[in-house]
Amino acid sequence: MTWLARLGAAMTGNSGADRVVPPTGYTARLTVFTAAAMAFLAVFALALSLATDRLATRWSEALARTATVRISAPAGQMQQQLDNAMAVLQTTPGIATARPLTREERLDLLEPWFGPDLPLDRLQIPELIEVIETVDGVDADGLRARLAGEAPGALYDDHTRWRRPLVRAAERLRTLGLISLALISAATAAMITLSAQASLAANAKVIAALRLIGALDTYIARAFVRRYTLRAFTGALVGTALGVLAIALLPRADAAGGFLTGLGFSGVGWLLPLIIPPVASIVAFAATRFAAFRQLRETT
Amino acid sequence: MIDLSQVAYSYGNDALLSDISLHLAPGSFHFLTGPSGAGKSTLLKLCYMELLPTAGQMSIFGRDVTGLGRDDIARTRRRIGVVHQDCQFLDHLPLEENLALPLTVSGRDETAEASNLHELMTWVGLSKRATALPPQLSGGERQRAALARAVIMDPEILLADEPTGNVDWEMSLRLLQLLVELNRMGKTILVATHDLNLIRAAKSQVQTRVLRIANRTLIHAGADL
Repeated sequence: MTWLARLGAAMTGNSGADRVVPPTGYTARLTVFTAAAMAFLAVFALALSLATDRLATRWSEALARTATVRISAPAGQMQQQLDNAMAVLQTTPGIATARPLTREERLDLLEPWFGPDLPLDRLQIPELIEVIETVDGVDADGLRARLAGEAPGALYDDHTRWRRPLVRAAERLRTLGLISLALISAATAAMITLSAQASLAANAKVIAALRLIGALDTYIARAFVRRYTLRAFTGALVGTALGVLAIALLPRADAAGGFLTGLGFSGVGWLLPLIIPPVASIVAFAATRFAAFRQLRETT
Repeated sequence: MIDLSQVAYSYGNDALLSDISLHLAPGSFHFLTGPSGAGKSTLLKLCYMELLPTAGQMSIFGRDVTGLGRDDIARTRRRIGVVHQDCQFLDHLPLEENLALPLTVSGRDETAEASNLHELMTWVGLSKRATALPPQLSGGERQRAALARAVIMDPEILLADEPTGNVDWEMSLRLLQLLVELNRMGKTILVATHDLNLIRAAKSQVQTRVLRIANRTLIHAGADL
């Protein structure tokens, strides 16, 4: 019998098996609370994983096809080098568009760093060309060599230097989110195992009595497994609902695109938390079954 | 039905029983007697496989017990009714559910057996106590209930460990009468008791054999009192 069939049998089998185990309010509440708390945390870990995944993809895509040419040259040579650089860019395969930024655009870029009151108009600031590559990309080394010959003050920056660490950081955050989900599952299993063991130990006399009248191990285990699986499912359902609600109430992403405001689900991603209650049930089923059979082996 | 040949049981380095040879024939009625601590309960536990022998040969219904798996042991126990001195009820279930437990755990249809259950409760005089919880029962009622639970699966063998240990003489005789009736129905009975008066009372009604345990071994198999 597969584990799925066992789970089905435990859930749909003789519910009378439940009654042979005395009701235990304390462990019941503890299990439901644990499952709810873990499911709540799992929703956030899942949201973190998905948000960082989106972030890594967005950064990667947004930066992968853009580049900047910065031209630093004496004032008298600036326009000439800009024209030369533009000529090079317009004849380079793999460049979709190349556009010099206006002085206002360049000042706007500097204003957040120097504030609005500095006399930026008196500064000589480099010329900047915004480059967008085609999907085929550009031969960056060849382009740099041509620019060095035609416009010595031009520097081609394809953002690789700072794009890589950003994407790597986002990928690591996503990995951390997935590790958190695994740890939450393991912690849930551990706590349910402990709770089930406490219940099994408290009911040692009941178990012994059942064995002596001919109950099979599977019958006795089912009474505990069914109970804990249902408790875990109920708790996880409540925790997931609260977690999704909390995520939904987070402030929406603002224009600044802050990471925390982007934490959440999008589109069909909102359906993903639905897997948490079934997964919690499976974890509880496996943990309780393991604990029950281990305890039963010590009973004749 | 139950055969023991030079069976021994040790716990750690302590030999609790040694060199036990016994044959329980179908329909026989045996008493097992001896002083407290002699090993009566241990021998009964061997007979329903709560303990397994550490030496010797033992078979139940023709099967070597050492070759039985856990599920085989459980299924074999359904053919053996056991009355424990402490009854071992589930205190949170009403009496009728306790009595039906062997049916429940073996997957038999309790509703189909309802008339049998009612008949059985009437037989042991507990039909009006069906909804009582075990802690609400008197000592005698508990012992009769334990007997009813032991026979509800229509077992071939009935083992009883001091079934009259906590009841007065009148109730002891009533319980004995129930055991005698079961034996007349063809059940194999083995009763562990230190109550010699009970054995004498039984011998006046039914053919019995008395087994005596002393010094951790069976020394008077088949002897009269």
